[in-house]
Amino acid sequence: MSAEALSFSPRRVGAMVLRHWYLLRSSWPRLVELIYWPAVQMFMWGFLQVGMARQSGAAMAAASTFLAAFLLWDILFRGQIGFSMSFMEEMWARNLPNLMISPLRPVEFVIALMAMSVIRLAVGFVPVTILAILFFGFNLWGLGLVLVAFFANLFFTAWAVGMLCSGLVMRNGLGAEGLTWSMMFILLPLTCVYYPVATLPALVQPVAWALPPTAVFEGMRALVVDHVFRADLMLWALGLNAIWLAVGATSFVALLGSARRAGALIQTGE
Amino acid sequence: MDLATKSNAIEADGLAKRYSDALAVDGISFAIERGTITGLLGGNGAGKTTTIGMIMGLVAPSAGRVRVFGADMAREPYRVLGRMNFESPYVDLPHRLTVRQNLTVFGLLYGVADTAARIAKLSAELDLSEFLDRQAGKLSAGQKTRVALAKAMINEPDLLVLDEPTASLDPDTADWIRGHLERYRAATNATILLASHNMFEVERLCDRVIMMKRGKIVDDDAPEQLIARYGRQNLEEVFLDIARGRRQPVLPAEAAP
Repeated sequence: MSAEALSFSPRRVGAMVLRHWYLLRSSWPRLVELIYWPAVQMFMWGFLQVGMARQSGAAMAAASTFLAAFLLWDILFRGQIGFSMSFMEEMWARNLPNLMISPLRPVEFVIALMAMSVIRLAVGFVPVTILAILFFGFNLWGLGLVLVAFFANLFFTAWAVGMLCSGLVMRNGLGAEGLTWSMMFILLPLTCVYYPVATLPALVQPVAWALPPTAVFEGMRALVVDHVFRADLMLWALGLNAIWLAVGATSFVALLGSARRAGALIQTGE
Repeated sequence: MDLATKSNAIEADGLAKRYSDALAVDGISFAIERGTITGLLGGNGAGKTTTIGMIMGLVAPSAGRVRVFGADMAREPYRVLGRMNFESPYVDLPHRLTVRQNLTVFGLLYGVADTAARIAKLSAELDLSEFLDRQAGKLSAGQKTRVALAKAMINEPDLLVLDEPTASLDPDTADWIRGHLERYRAATNATILLASHNMFEVERLCDRVIMMKRGKIVDDDAPEQLIARYGRQNLEEVFLDIARGRRQPVLPAEAAP
């Protein structure tokens, strides 16, 4: 890789963020989509939590984490979808060749997609957290600064998966777009969003611990139920995320090279 | 074959591309001088689009190499991508963005010093002002082509690669585009590589024509020289001779009285 390929321009990153901001601003269905589904899910889990809170013992304790678990899961899921959707917008618009023949470097493209995933999530997530306060008295922001550790780790995983999904779509065309929607759900049962890792069969637990979000969800339960911040879990997640991000970035670059060899960049359809 | 000189914009040397089931480009070599307009012609499947893809760095060659302004496009494309640009009817601009927004984004990507002034200049030259704030997806075919050309010229490229720039345009708009390309070359001494199926357009614009068939270069000369050598009236007849393999060029000795 040449030195020019590694050079970085904030201006080009800004250009890509501006491009996607223009798009979001121009399309109310896209904006509604960012809020609608998280809001529906939040109400479902909120009412479930309220219903189970009327029970006693272990069920009540478990239920007390549902809303926090859902909101953190939504960061993970929406973070990845926000990254991958912004990439697929280029495929749908048949604009990818224009970008690939411009001076935009792959690393700048990826950073712009990361920024867009944060912006898209913020547009939907902030109103939903406010609704959670208004309807259920649950204030996620009340968890304080530890949220930064949760958010960062969940975004890192989301971006790693987003890079892999986008690379697969770039290489294999829009026929592979279904992976973008379903990939994260493979992690849903294994990352123990709504139940402790100890619930899983002993053989599966090491697999769960190899997934960075598992440590975040365990950390969230420790904070909400036991009021203890588990820094060890956050550091474990951070270490795993470093590996995941490296694998995601390597996959994206390798799939870009493969797309160039296969001629996929001049036929950006199905 | 060593084609490398400082006066060449493009140098292809033994350039080949094999897809899993087909040889799209079969070891072609050519050099294109700076400041010229060259036509890349051939029937469907001749290998033009793949060749253009390799020149732009979108497609990795299976063998050989292509250099643009001395930079190997497979290894160091970012040395020169800022000096090149491309337009094709098979590539779109984002439909929901207005023309001005699209041009602003690409101006920033190409590092244009004063993007607003550049857009104003292009708008005047290509007559875009009427629809500058309209969404790109709501334009007519002719308007879209002018906008795509404006995007391709946003960075005042030294090398402009055009894949069928006047496809699906009415004769008036097509003629207007050709005039603009001629003026652009005259004003900037830019190199233009043009793939087209419109032989009238190629005869009017091109200093030189590279004819491709089944991934190989089968002829390469100035349009008037090709017409004379094949003993034909126009380039379309030459194209048909080559595409159908029905006539060989007339050698100088045969042509003599």
